[in-house]
Parts: sequence; structure tokens; C-alpha cells
Amino acid sequence: MLRPRIIPCLLVHQGGLVKTVEFKDPKYVGDPINAVKIFNEKEADELVVLDIDASVNGAEPDYRMIANLAAECRMPLCYGGGVHTPKQAKTIIGLGVEKVAMSAAAADDATLVTRTADAIGRQSVVVVLDVRRKNGLFAKGYEVFTHNGKRSTKTDPFELAQAMQAAGAGEIVINSIDRDGQMKGYDLTLAARMRRELRIPLSFLGGAGSYQDIEALLGECGVVGASAGSLFVFKGPYRAVLINYPNPEQKNGICRSGLAAYSSK
Amino acid sequence: MIHIVDYGLGNTQAFVNMYKRLGIEAVRAASGAELRGASKLILPGVGAFDHAMELLDASGMCQPLEWLVREDKVPVLGICVGMQLLAGSSDEGVSAGLGWVDGRVRSFAGNPASVALPMPHMGWNDVIPAAGSPLFKGLEEDARFYFLHSFYFECSDPASVAARADYGFQFHCAVQNGNVFGVQFHPEKSHHWGAALLKNFADL
Repeated sequence: MLRPRIIPCLLVHQGGLVKTVEFKDPKYVGDPINAVKIFNEKEADELVVLDIDASVNGAEPDYRMIANLAAECRMPLCYGGGVHTPKQAKTIIGLGVEKVAMSAAAADDATLVTRTADAIGRQSVVVVLDVRRKNGLFAKGYEVFTHNGKRSTKTDPFELAQAMQAAGAGEIVINSIDRDGQMKGYDLTLAARMRRELRIPLSFLGGAGSYQDIEALLGECGVVGASAGSLFVFKGPYRAVLINYPNPEQKNGICRSGLAAYSSK
Repeated sequence: MIHIVDYGLGNTQAFVNMYKRLGIEAVRAASGAELRGASKLILPGVGAFDHAMELLDASGMCQPLEWLVREDKVPVLGICVGMQLLAGSSDEGVSAGLGWVDGRVRSFAGNPASVALPMPHMGWNDVIPAAGSPLFKGLEEDARFYFLHSFYFECSDPASVAARADYGFQFHCAVQNGNVFGVQFHPEKSHHWGAALLKNFADL
């Protein structure tokens, strides 16, 4: 049976590992390589590393850092940040990374997704959509943002996700900006509708504060990726930095009860 | 010495790292000359079937590999698209495969049993080894590996099926024909299960 994936998402900022709240106030949480080593020991399902400086600064991906991470990583690795050409994606795959994530560049130009899928294979192309819930009086629904939540694309995430799927994305990661760092649970309405409307693998990021939140996501969506930042780098009410991950029994428990809830719906 | 065939596709470094951790010598080989002295071969690969076959052809290693595998009976382990190359042909392209294991590579999207499932087949899936398969020694009761693919190997000869996994139906996720082995999943990225399988291959 294919299992849901529980995926730590690490943010890199100025060479260090950070965690943000609503995409702001990066707090230093440690060294990326050290975190990878810990997640190796804990046998994490997958790892996502996003360089939050690269797109904003218009910089090239930091290939040396990516190569170091890939060499250390004994689980599948997805890298994102500053990737805007198929050639860059190809270079990154060549460094030993399984999947390359694109966000801003893909939202601007869907053909980039197609061209990248042609270069590295559809299965390795991940599109990350940073989504914010509209909270105006007459503005309902959701909107996609880029550049760490600073730039609105004025597009509907469901339409954009469909377009990315049609263009050749192998996976879509839905990242809820307003849930980032809140640790109060995933946006289940958003997640359930995405699962209903899309046919490719999906992961959700933003809001997980406990294993129950992951169970609730699986209960809503079935076999998907449950990604989290804060949950796996902080411990306790004062957010002490402590890299953690469910052990095999805990993981089985999360998946079992989540999927049982899903199938009984 | 284990030689990892480096024709420009697949995560060769991950195999080097994994074998280093296991205390087993492994090197990359990027030409026929560098394949000399290989006692085991690993053939990685990602992406499209035809592209992989073209690159392997262009590397000049097809003929030396043919000699090593077919005549000297050096054990070879194909990984992911490297496993698919062992087949005679693929629905994904028009190139001929190596033809070391009888079968054809098929598309999940073309199979009614899996067409409704998310594609690609991605994530950790349980693997059911065939009885007595040397690759899965010690993994008979608990084998879990990371998959990332949209095409799968369909063996013509049931005796060549080394393991199955379920994705809408039980597909052939590992094959063996004598000294030729292949796995669709990524042992180099499958934690202790992957390490055990790569060690089993090294111990053959």
C-alpha cells in the first residue's frame, strides 16, 4: 500500500536554517547539514529544502550548498529557490537531488514547467504555490503570491494548479501563507478542494502544530504529503529549537487513523 | 569492486555515499576503460527511456557492459529507469532496450487498474518479495521503498519477477534473470531497507 508522506520542510536564509511566521521574522534554528543528518537518523519520508533568498535576490541557486545537502541526504530530497530555467533544474538533478521545486517562475510562465519536465522528467518537477486566504469583505476565496508572499499574482490557486498539472508538473505543494508558523492546523478546506480537483500527487505545507493536525489532513485528503516546518524544528510552548520527527510507531499510528477517517467518510 | 555506471543520468553519488557508509568499495565508471575490473555493476537512471538509452549509447559503455554482463556474468543491478533499460522495449519510447530481462515497460496511465490513481506513483510503498530472492534476504517480512515513476516493467516470464508492489494492481517492481537484477524503486534513498538491499547485492 502506498503510504502518506510526512515531510519536514527546511528554509534556508543566509546559509542558515530558519523558520518564519506568515513568511516573516525568520528565526535561526540551526545548520542545514546537521538537520539533514538528524532527519537521516529519524528516517524521514522525504525532505524539502527551500532557499528563501534566491528568488527574491534574483540569485543563482547555491549549487555548492545543494551538492552538500544531496550528498548527506539518505532520503528523497526536493530543492526549491531561484530555479527559473530547465538548465538550472538539470544541474540540480545532476547534483543528486530527486525533485526540483519552482514557484514564482512557474506562476509567470507555465511553459517553463513543460520545458523543465522535458529536461528532467515530469516526476521530478514540483510546483510550489504560496496561497493566501482573502479576508476582505467582498474578497472571498484564495490568491497565489510569489516572492515570499510579497507579490500578488492575482490568480486563483485552483485554476493555477490545474494549469501547472496540464503543463507537466509531477507534484504540487500547496503552502498556506496565513497558516505559516501558526501551528494551529492545516487549511483543510483548501486541501480537500485541491485533492478533489487535481490528479497528480499533492503535498500541503503550513499550519501543522501537532501529529493530530497531520491525521486531520490525511482524514480529509487520503494519501498525500503532509509537510511541516515548525512542528519538526520546535518543541514546547516556548518554541525551543529541537529537531524532531515521529518514530515508526507514531508514524504508523498517524497514517492508520488518518486513513481510517478518510475511508469512513 | 562495485562499479557505478555513470552515463550522465541518476544519482551516482548517492550510491557511492551509501556503499561508503556500508564499508564497501564502490567507484564511478564513465567509460569502457573505467569499467575494467568490475565485479558488480550498478546501472542507475532517471527520466525518459529513450533519453537514457541515447546517453548510454553515447557513453560508449553499451558494448563493454554487454560483454561484462552477458559473457563474464558480472552481476548488474538496474535502478529506476536503469531497471527499465533491462527490458527489450518501452511504451514510453521507440528505442530498443538492453534486452537482458524479457519484458516490456508499460504505462500506469494505460492500465485500467491504475489509471484513476495519482500519477506519477510517488512515495513509500510496501514491497512483496518473491520467495528466495537473494536481493531481499532479511527483508521478507518488512520491505518498504521509495518510488517515483509513471512506467513499470512487465516481465514476460513469471520466473523473472523478484518482487511486486501494489498500485491499483500488483506490478513487477523488481526483476531477476540470472546475474541481471533490477528494481524500480530507489534503494539509495530508502533508509535502512535500501541499505540492506544494496548490501545484499554487494554480498552476492
